[in-house]
Amino acid sequence: MNIFKLIEDIKQVDAEALDRLEFASRRSFMSSLGTKLMAAATPVALASVFNKAFAFTPGAIEVLKFALTLEYLEDEFYKAGNAKAGLIPDMYKPVFAQIGKHESQHVAFLESALGAAAPAKPNFDFTAKGTLPDSLNTFDGFVFLSHAFEDTGVRAYKGQAGNLMAAEDKPLLEYALQIHSVEARHAAVARKILGTIRNRPEIKPWITLNEGSPAAVYAGEDNTVQGGVDINGIAGKSKEAVTEAFDEILTKEAVFAIVTPFLA
Amino acid sequence: MLSDGRRVLNNLFTAMNKKNNFMTNSDLRGGQMLTRVNRRYFLRSAGVATTLGVFVLGACKDHDIVPGIDGATVDLGEGDVGILNYAYALEQLEAAFYTEAVAKPYAGMTDMEMRMLTDIRDHEIIHRDFFQAALTPTGMIIPGLALDFSSVDFSSRASVLGTAKVLEDTGVAAYNGAGKLITTPDYLVLAGKIVSVEARHAAAIRDLLMPNTTSFAGDDIVDAQVNGMMFGLDRATPPKQILPAVQPFFKTTLTANASVFQ
Repeated sequence: MNIFKLIEDIKQVDAEALDRLEFASRRSFMSSLGTKLMAAATPVALASVFNKAFAFTPGAIEVLKFALTLEYLEDEFYKAGNAKAGLIPDMYKPVFAQIGKHESQHVAFLESALGAAAPAKPNFDFTAKGTLPDSLNTFDGFVFLSHAFEDTGVRAYKGQAGNLMAAEDKPLLEYALQIHSVEARHAAVARKILGTIRNRPEIKPWITLNEGSPAAVYAGEDNTVQGGVDINGIAGKSKEAVTEAFDEILTKEAVFAIVTPFLA
Repeated sequence: MLSDGRRVLNNLFTAMNKKNNFMTNSDLRGGQMLTRVNRRYFLRSAGVATTLGVFVLGACKDHDIVPGIDGATVDLGEGDVGILNYAYALEQLEAAFYTEAVAKPYAGMTDMEMRMLTDIRDHEIIHRDFFQAALTPTGMIIPGLALDFSSVDFSSRASVLGTAKVLEDTGVAAYNGAGKLITTPDYLVLAGKIVSVEARHAAAIRDLLMPNTTSFAGDDIVDAQVNGMMFGLDRATPPKQILPAVQPFFKTTLTANASVFQ
């Protein structure tokens, strides 16, 4: 665990936490009695939670690394977008600031969990080698990539849940689910904004059939087989509604195929 | 527990093969009526599915005014089946709420709001009927539950959307908190497939109430803490805390006495 790196991360994430950290640090320097207080009140305690996690299964560690790589991608994307003058109209700034805040928090969380095992942050190319030249140039391009990243993130986390079912990994499973549903909240609002600015009401907060672009992000979302059985037609509802009601997983391989063009 | 799980999946397959016969006419409290009908049906006979459609329609007339067991106590049961019953109970609540909200639109409901609430209604009905189909053949399905929406003013936008917000946020926290209790991998994935749709609903409803603010994933709800700090985590709330919170919406008393819930 690199505590200095962790503190840097926390600084970017949570000013209030930084205050607590500084308070606790002062206490610990001023008084030997402060040590226990600091452990209870600062990110060190988080690290200690995950130090037990050296009992996590190797498979779970791989899930964390995979998740962190995706969170790096999202975090860097929103940092760049939120920092670029004139890219995001004022009315939408609170939305993307909130999404960006969460992605930074997810990065800090996963880095803390992995400690020295955390993978290096890759360099990213948000034009995907020139195929999406407007990702950081126009609001449409930015929202388009935002919704694609968020929908990918939802499917990616969902695809890994089954790898976190060992008894010692159960705490990680719960944290992963807690991130997963936040990514889904992000996806819903990014999709709503995309539908609004493109005047395309058929782009809803939920995914209809396998409609959407890039196609690889939505491949298989038209699945109607749940629990091993085709439920198309259930309750007399349309196939559109049935596919909207269930989000689908993506395998790690499918996610890497989507993400790889964004690695510089 | 695993053998329970496999049995449920097998039973699901059997039940779903009959879907054309019993999965119709379920928008208006159909889940509850069908539950009763299906339980009787499966107890009586496993065959002659073609007659079930007629049977259901007849039963709907008979039981039109009986939405569920009033004042009774229902225990969710043990193991993965208990968790699925828990999800089924929450989906019954959501499906019935949106069915009512769409049937009696509040004053000034925009076309966009109507489309959105109708979509969500359909998703919740699909979830409810999916769980019903999965659970019915086990013989351990909970019955249709009597609901209480007396706290909701369906003529008021604020009341309807405010209730929707609470129900969706609660659903997200409930599924997140139930995940680690599930032992059958296929069920965990199924819960994952549903919870992200509930989170999409929650974000959409919140954005209707406070458009283009941080509310869709607000600091008031994405507020789970790890050692006193927030890390962009939604809530994960155990069933023992969810059940008392949602009990006011049920006339049926729900209990979760089995070890899986302890």
